[in-house]
Amino acid sequence: MLNKIWFSSVAFIALLSASINVVASDDVNVYSYRQPFLVKPLFDEFTKETGIKVNVVFAKKGMAERLDREGEYSPADILLTTDISRLIELKDKGLLQAATSAELATAIPTQFKASDDTWYALTTRVRNIYSAKRLGKIDFNYEDLADKKWQGKICTRSGKHPYNVALVASMIAEHGEADTLTWLEKVKANLARKPQGSDRAQVQAIHQKLCDVSLGNSYYFGNMLNDDKQKVWADAVYINFPNQSNRGAHVNISGMAMAKHAPNKANALALMNFLVSEPAQKMYAETNMEYPVRPGVKPSKLVATWGEFKADDLSLEVIAKHRKTALILLDKAQFDL
Amino acid sequence: MTPVVVMLFGSLNASSDLFSHLWATVLPEYIRNTLLLGILVAALSFCFGVPAAAIISQTNIVMGKQLRWLLMLPLAMPAYLVAYLYTDLFDYAGPVQRSLRAWFDWQSPNDYYFFDIRTIGGAAVVIALVLFPYVYMLTRTAFEQQDRNLLRASRLLGCTERQSFYKIALPLARPAIAVALALVVMETLADFATVQYFAVNTLTTAIYDTWLGYSDFAAANALASVLMLFILFAVVAEQRARAGQRHQSSRPNSNQALKQLSLGQQIIASIFCWSLVFAGFLLPVILLLSMAFEYADYAQLLTLLDTGENSIEIATYSATIATLIALVLGLFQRLHQSKARTLPVQISGFGYAIPGTVLAMAMLATFGPLDHAINDFAKMLGFSAPGLILSGTVFAIIFAFVVRFSAIANGTISAGIGQIPKSLDFAPASLGVKTLPAIFRVHLPLLKSSILVAWLLVFVEAMKELPAVLLLRPFNFETLSTQIYQLISDERLEQGALGAILIVLFGLLPIIFLNRQKDNK
Repeated sequence: MLNKIWFSSVAFIALLSASINVVASDDVNVYSYRQPFLVKPLFDEFTKETGIKVNVVFAKKGMAERLDREGEYSPADILLTTDISRLIELKDKGLLQAATSAELATAIPTQFKASDDTWYALTTRVRNIYSAKRLGKIDFNYEDLADKKWQGKICTRSGKHPYNVALVASMIAEHGEADTLTWLEKVKANLARKPQGSDRAQVQAIHQKLCDVSLGNSYYFGNMLNDDKQKVWADAVYINFPNQSNRGAHVNISGMAMAKHAPNKANALALMNFLVSEPAQKMYAETNMEYPVRPGVKPSKLVATWGEFKADDLSLEVIAKHRKTALILLDKAQFDL
Repeated sequence: MTPVVVMLFGSLNASSDLFSHLWATVLPEYIRNTLLLGILVAALSFCFGVPAAAIISQTNIVMGKQLRWLLMLPLAMPAYLVAYLYTDLFDYAGPVQRSLRAWFDWQSPNDYYFFDIRTIGGAAVVIALVLFPYVYMLTRTAFEQQDRNLLRASRLLGCTERQSFYKIALPLARPAIAVALALVVMETLADFATVQYFAVNTLTTAIYDTWLGYSDFAAANALASVLMLFILFAVVAEQRARAGQRHQSSRPNSNQALKQLSLGQQIIASIFCWSLVFAGFLLPVILLLSMAFEYADYAQLLTLLDTGENSIEIATYSATIATLIALVLGLFQRLHQSKARTLPVQISGFGYAIPGTVLAMAMLATFGPLDHAINDFAKMLGFSAPGLILSGTVFAIIFAFVVRFSAIANGTISAGIGQIPKSLDFAPASLGVKTLPAIFRVHLPLLKSSILVAWLLVFVEAMKELPAVLLLRPFNFETLSTQIYQLISDERLEQGALGAILIVLFGLLPIIFLNRQKDNK
């Protein structure tokens, strides 16, 4: 037994020392909220061009806290997020530093970066309204979802999902708190079932005639069309860009930022410059059917067939500012219960 | 235990505004759901696990030898995976309801009734199907180690077979059943991913909302503490209820006479056991296999084996350390009994009730400052900073697992120790043998099967664990569970099916090993 204990502790220490692979200085370290398979091809390309190795750790919950706790000894150089609120949260906690270069300045329009250069958007995605093809083409406003005629016809994922929270925040910016709460309560009353599942599951439910209308991000449409099993779901719906006759459709971003204590600053900046370059922008947008932010770079052919649309030009920082209020309203409306 | 304390301290500066808002809106409903889910899962696990244990240990059911270990298999299935498979299967848009609609030409949900899987009831059934083996294993072990003479005595005193089971065997197994149910409830309440698939909002939902949504980590800590209070209450209440009772047997019965079942009983018992095996293990595995056949290829298998190695490594170390700690604590407690010493053991057990992600945060809060101190010290001495050697490596993961799963190891081992008669503590001393050699020569051999069960349970749990490993892992470090999670979160479980099967297979290895060990005896 004692031998066993000795053996285990020795082996344990060996494992520990093996795992502390001191990250070499010609690497760049990425904390990613974004799925690894979406970014890997891009990082491989970057490594091929520059010889800089990219190390990634992917997680959605708790990244900001991990970074915060690690403080000045954090190995993180770059942070990739899929939602504006996360970027602002990181910025508010003082975990980011400004990053500037000629390339970044020319590639990204002002509305898609922080006023103090602490974060940059890489792609945009629309919060669309999907509707059953059997209903014919319909011009939607987000406001219409509160209309009684959709009673028992709307499906959505949890209201607390960051994508829905951002949409509610944009409603608050447009209509104020009280009206947004009424809107939420009416939408809730129109739901065909308790909020559940993912954006794709809602389209599947439309295909199965459980409901007629759903909220969903634009890229899911492209991803479903490219999936053998899910293509039938996507074929059953139209993708609608809401509020085209007024303020435009709500858009969110995926973005990047440099960590405050980035140990490999030069490499980090090189990666940022690479990510906004034209070929990378094209690749980044195409792998997930999103819209590149760099002017002049076209979205994929499939995405382009959905047509031009007018986007709400509400500042991303305002959306992030209303996030907390949006959550409070969602609780008040008991949207998920 | 430290992380638990750190967590409690972290909750002290929670804002009361947020609480009153939550209280006024969603919290009552969350608490109601939490209680309901906990009670339902406990009741169902009891109804699944205890009869199964009784049937296997006391009757001559056909294929009893096979069922004995088949009934443990659901434990190898990660709950989040089974939840995903079942919600997918029985959903309105799922294959079962689709086929029904096609056969009977129903057009809309109003045309027919079908149970809604995404309810508290649905969640409770599925979670109980995966967790009941805890109850089954611990209860069966308890039944098998009972002193047959007590049962014989009760029969002599005029009890029927049924009466002596209810009056003697079942009460004797109560400590084991209680430990198992406590584990089941803790695991249920700490689990976020699983209830999320069922669209059931519990206190854990509130913890995540306050932390990630409202960015109020202190309030999240406070809620997690409330959750622990629930469990503390349940466990203490149970302990109080059987205070003063002590069951020990010096003669575990190896050659007991099995109850001969009549044909009707045989059929009912077989249906019961086999449907548990089917619903908890076979059906999910069949679903996964059919997905894997369609989507998997050889290259995928090779990468998965690599990641599998990581999973096994972490699980092995966690299981070994947790078991050793539980053993030392348990024996120490036994040989130096006092109130003050039982407290740390009990508190450390509550790690299991903390949601994995919150526990991971507590790890960072514990080791972050330590890492900083090490680095500052190294710098002061003129060395280059070694980096985050504690919080940024697998050390943190293994530590988190040991904290989280020590409840399992402690529960199993202390139940085992409880079965050793007190007289054996004193016998060696009276023969002039010192305490330590006595432990090695008397207690450890008697505890052999408890130690194996504890190790096995922690290993299997560590293979499946997701949230803590997701957050604490170092760069480029994947385990089977993180990989499956990534695919599930992108609705591509088909491509992760092979990985899921591997988790199940690795989880099976120790079960099979354990089973052979028993047979060899």
